[in-house]
Amino acid sequence: MTDATLQVQMVQRFRVKRLTAFAAPALILAYFTYIFFAFDVAGLAARARLDNAAILLSDFWSYKTHVTRDNRSSAVSVAIEGENKGTYPAGQLPAWVTQTGDETTVDLGDGHLVTYDAKGARYVVPGYGTIDITVQNGKPVLNAPLPLPTWINSAENKVSVTTDHGRFTYSRSKVETFRYQAGWELFFFTLNSPFSGRSFGELATLATVGDRIDPARSNLGYMASEFWTNKMWRHSDVAWAMFETVLMAFLGTMGAALVALPLAFFAAANFTPFRAIRFAFRRVFDFVRGVDGLIWTIILSRAFGPGPMTGALAILITDSGTFGKMFSEALENLDDKQVEGIRSTGANAAQRARFGVIPQITPVLVSQLLYYLESNTRSATVIGAIVGGGIGLLLTQAIQTQKDWEEVAYYMVLIVLMVMLMDTLSGWLRRRLIKG
Amino acid sequence: MVDIAFGPEPGKRPDPRNNHDAYLHQTRRKRMYGGILLVLFLAIMAAGFRTAEDRNAGDFLSGLHQLGDFPAEVISEAWANRANLPGLFLRYLPSLLETINIAAVSTLLGALIGAVFALLSTHGLARWPRLIPLFRRSMDAMRAIPEIVTALVLIFILGGGPIPAVLAIAFHTSGALGKLFSEVAENADLKPVEGLTSVGASWGQRMWLGVLPQVAPNWLSYALMRFEINIRASAILGFVGSGGIGYDLKLAMQWGGGKYDQVVAIFLLLFLAIVAFDQLSSHFRNRLIKGP
Repeated sequence: MTDATLQVQMVQRFRVKRLTAFAAPALILAYFTYIFFAFDVAGLAARARLDNAAILLSDFWSYKTHVTRDNRSSAVSVAIEGENKGTYPAGQLPAWVTQTGDETTVDLGDGHLVTYDAKGARYVVPGYGTIDITVQNGKPVLNAPLPLPTWINSAENKVSVTTDHGRFTYSRSKVETFRYQAGWELFFFTLNSPFSGRSFGELATLATVGDRIDPARSNLGYMASEFWTNKMWRHSDVAWAMFETVLMAFLGTMGAALVALPLAFFAAANFTPFRAIRFAFRRVFDFVRGVDGLIWTIILSRAFGPGPMTGALAILITDSGTFGKMFSEALENLDDKQVEGIRSTGANAAQRARFGVIPQITPVLVSQLLYYLESNTRSATVIGAIVGGGIGLLLTQAIQTQKDWEEVAYYMVLIVLMVMLMDTLSGWLRRRLIKG
Repeated sequence: MVDIAFGPEPGKRPDPRNNHDAYLHQTRRKRMYGGILLVLFLAIMAAGFRTAEDRNAGDFLSGLHQLGDFPAEVISEAWANRANLPGLFLRYLPSLLETINIAAVSTLLGALIGAVFALLSTHGLARWPRLIPLFRRSMDAMRAIPEIVTALVLIFILGGGPIPAVLAIAFHTSGALGKLFSEVAENADLKPVEGLTSVGASWGQRMWLGVLPQVAPNWLSYALMRFEINIRASAILGFVGSGGIGYDLKLAMQWGGGKYDQVVAIFLLLFLAIVAFDQLSSHFRNRLIKGP
């Protein structure tokens, strides 16, 4: 080759490289532009509900307590998140709600005071004045310093006030005040538990040296059972759901390996000389992998009903295709010498497989298995949402109610911890088993 | 030493004069441990299966008989209406395209973000070496959150449609690819980077001109593999929440009998798309790794 042609070639190659260096980003940009219009990204601003985002974020780390008066029966109730399970028993109201006769006072802190009485209700906002609502002809009438600020919303039958200390609403049927507080409410004990509202020091004293609250059992055991049966957070259900999810992943992954290992021999060229059989097994693996986990999940749920076993079987079937392909590839990359050595001692096919093949593919097998175990823990969350088992179900239910965001946050934290734990565990096992 | 290891009684010590016995003894013990582990493993499997079956609505054996019922029902109904299938294919093609677009965009976005994260968290290449643990931990967290969690939360904020799915899958993908990318980048040759440093190249130029050409084939191959995974993920996300062919599948399934021709059309489209993209991507991956 002369220098001249070499130079021409190099110039040519440089030109191609330079072209790709600019063409690739340009193509990506063009694709993103197409997607921008195809997915209507511009319309996102109109569809996005930033108020929902605000609710979600504040709910993640805080909770609200509703102080409600029914305007017809004049009954006042104080309930956390407005739920029955979180209603304060009469006579045990929190310190910031005081009741004297007909009058109820809610102290929202920093001088923000809400009073309900027979005439109506008043909200004293420091730096602004008093928002006074009286009832005339069954309708709330607003009396507040003018001009009305934007955070007061007054309609014919409803007045609502939103400040950074809480929310106040007066309608014909009821008057309601929300007070926001940081933390996850009643996480350990619900209000009807004798341990509710006690400090950590008090609880520690009770658990160790204090008198028994229930003479039949120790305080520590009582505490544990009160925590375990907490109706608001359902700790026992959550623990079971986590266990179910891990169980689905474990059974699915290991079961798939048990199914795929013997079948992989039939798809490997060095073990099955018959091309037709090999071809058939490979296509079966491809088919099982190609019919996605989603479709298997649907077919199986019809037969086995909702629950963790269905999820485990769905993972099992999908992964046996993947494993079959992977294991047969590992078998084809096998070192023949070891197998021949065993053969020379007169071993039969099963013995050759046991002593010549298995020890060679074990490291590949175990490391893939453990990797899939970790990744299937995540899939089991998603599959659980479809088949109705495990933490995935609890999570989707909590999200669908669109108000228990603190529970969503709790489940998310648990899922992340679970996946990270499985990740660490599988990494540790992999190192132990492969390096010895 | 032998006394310390095996105790004072002479019987338990290996006899150095007889290598054969000692070897057999060791092998037997190894095999026994292996056997015990195997039995333990099978026992755990069996117990786990029993627990899962107990908590399931239907049990395994009676379900096994019904396994073929649903597919048979679906296929027979679809066969009766087989004339509809070509039309249904055309009808669901846009949804399939949307599902594939979701996967493609999210893989692209995830790969771009993952690449930046990977470079920032690789020893020897990082822009701020002190922040390496921070970037690594954040990638771990991004990888740990399943797509469905992010997607459902984003649906609440952004409304339905493909964008929540894209963001959710891209978020997960950038964590997963970032880790793989950083493992590749760790093995990159640092000499070009040093050469570029010596002529005063900025960090971005060093990465773009010194590292990227070295890692591009492997990174592309990982990204293609992720694309295969993401097609499946976007189909599943559609089923649980937002757009694409998964959503159409859910609508057709909810109807029960009478719309099974649609179910079959969607199943087939999804199956063919997954197989086609698997083949395509494995072809390109082979070329990338082994050369043309």
